[in-house]
Amino acid sequence: MNIQLIFRIAGSLLMARWKQTLVAAAGVTFSITMFIALLSFMAGLNDLLDGIMLNRTAHVRIFNEIKPGIHQPVNSAPEYKGSYNFIRSVKSGSSRQEIYNSGAIMQALEKDSRVKGIAPKITAQVFFNDGAIDITGVINGINVQAENNLYHFSEYVPAGNPLDLLNVSNSIILGNGLAGKLTAGIGDVVQVTTVKQERFSLKVVGFYQSGVQELDKVQSFASIGTTQKILGKANDYITDIQVKLNDINQAPALAKEYSQLFQADAEDIQTANAQFETGSFVRTLISYLVGITLLIVAGFGIYNILNMMIYEKMDSIAILKAVGFSGTDVNRIFLVIALSIGLFGGMLGLLFGFLFSWVIGLIPFITAALPTVKTYPIDYNPVFYFIGCSFSIVTTYLAGWAPARKASRVDPVVIIRGK
Amino acid sequence: MTVLEASHVGKRFHDPVNIEILKDISLSIQKGEFVSIIGKSGSGKSTLLYILSTMDTDYEGELRIGQEVMRGKSEKQLARVRNEKIGFVFQFHYLLTEFTALENVMLPGLKLGLYPEEVVRQRALEHLKGLDIEKLAGKKANQLSGGEKQRVAIARALINDPSVIMCDEPTGNLDKKNSLVVFNIFRQLTQEHHQTLLVVTHDEEFAGNTQRIIEMEDGRIIKQ
Repeated sequence: MNIQLIFRIAGSLLMARWKQTLVAAAGVTFSITMFIALLSFMAGLNDLLDGIMLNRTAHVRIFNEIKPGIHQPVNSAPEYKGSYNFIRSVKSGSSRQEIYNSGAIMQALEKDSRVKGIAPKITAQVFFNDGAIDITGVINGINVQAENNLYHFSEYVPAGNPLDLLNVSNSIILGNGLAGKLTAGIGDVVQVTTVKQERFSLKVVGFYQSGVQELDKVQSFASIGTTQKILGKANDYITDIQVKLNDINQAPALAKEYSQLFQADAEDIQTANAQFETGSFVRTLISYLVGITLLIVAGFGIYNILNMMIYEKMDSIAILKAVGFSGTDVNRIFLVIALSIGLFGGMLGLLFGFLFSWVIGLIPFITAALPTVKTYPIDYNPVFYFIGCSFSIVTTYLAGWAPARKASRVDPVVIIRGK
Repeated sequence: MTVLEASHVGKRFHDPVNIEILKDISLSIQKGEFVSIIGKSGSGKSTLLYILSTMDTDYEGELRIGQEVMRGKSEKQLARVRNEKIGFVFQFHYLLTEFTALENVMLPGLKLGLYPEEVVRQRALEHLKGLDIEKLAGKKANQLSGGEKQRVAIARALINDPSVIMCDEPTGNLDKKNSLVVFNIFRQLTQEHHQTLLVVTHDEEFAGNTQRIIEMEDGRIIKQ
């Protein structure tokens, strides 16, 4: 009964000054709208930029580095145990790029519950023959399906069908820049010479565009089988295993583990791209700061309006107290006023924020770096709406707190006698 | 039956020097009495009324309403006492302008919560009818004339059947005709409904017609 009455009185006070109420609510609406739109937009961009790299980078990469053996025979010889051995000009002759026992490693990885998926890879250095000129390039032998599932390979193939790598024998997808140099279109055949001077003809089935021009000028893709054939290797020849994990934060620990377990080199994404996470964190921090600043400014607006309302309503407060409303009741009335402004403004803000970010999402955004992105990216993350909503309530509560306390302390005698 | 009793009530202001405004006031009011307190401006009659009404808690001596001692009660408990046992009529009407006349009358009743809203509404309408202003029930408080507002204020004071109604210059802001109307209402309330009334006024003519006159001067009761 009491609570209902308090809501009713608060409602009447609000409606009696509905223009002021609307201005206060508009302040909250504006700030929540901007908060939502800004964060959705920033998060969308962040995801996009992160994606450019994260989508295409393995969380853990297992490979064999070509380097001289650490354990040289002379160090193991008992007669030289006590001496310090200098060996100059050590060659890495016996070292191979191939991962030993790759089939078993892949089986073990696929059983590991921490692993989301793996994609084997071969890199082969080749020359693309354009008449008399040889252009250096790299053919990446990939498992198209795994590459698609884990690294969104097809998103970076604006022309042609990536699955043709499997369906068409001796086929290749050329980097955009490379294709330009070779003036090769889809369906054309390009000539390739391997380092060992063997020649191959490959049919172009698509173009690849990563957004990094330097890469696009040298990279090309073929199926693993085709690449093995070009290199003249057996069908267990694999130089890289790209591992995608369920939890990216486990990468450094797992890289260490795999490196010991499989006797190979393993590199995690954090070590390979340390600068990267910092940028993304700072961008997120800035957008949150701007959003919260907006809300605090709106809070001051509410504070002002409530303060003014209390001066205007001194008589009403005095009379309420005289007829038996306690300070607590008056306090609650003004808190309800503040919170309803916050709630009403906040809800509208969420709606407008959604609409605003939707409109931003319609604006064309065409960039060579991201062939599949046509409009500005928006992240419709419910977390932003939750934060916006709770923050609008918290700020208005804080903004209403001091004025409400002031109202509850109004001495009715002073007001009534003061006339 | 004693409705209100004050014994040795005093009050001082400490700003900037000690000034004694009320000195050793003792009085008691019986049920059904129509009492007026008169005195010159600055004699302390309004100050006394606000102490008796429990709104001013900074005083010496003892105050009882019903049989209850008011000292030591919390602000919340005092608010409850005012809601339940005291009705107010002020010089400047003091209605809530955001509400209609009827809602103004209902408000203390709803706060008390003794009856459901429908019953409170019926009772408020009866009081308005008793004061001959039931046709104003739906009007906003700021659309009423001075005399009408004061009658709505009286209806509001009556809604919880208080043991005493306190009035501070109830006719101070009204013309002769409306003053008479208000006075007649008060007299009717005491005579027909045995309502206790305590009125602070400087209107000698008004006071002259009440049952009992308490005269104050310089913070003391000089005649009762």
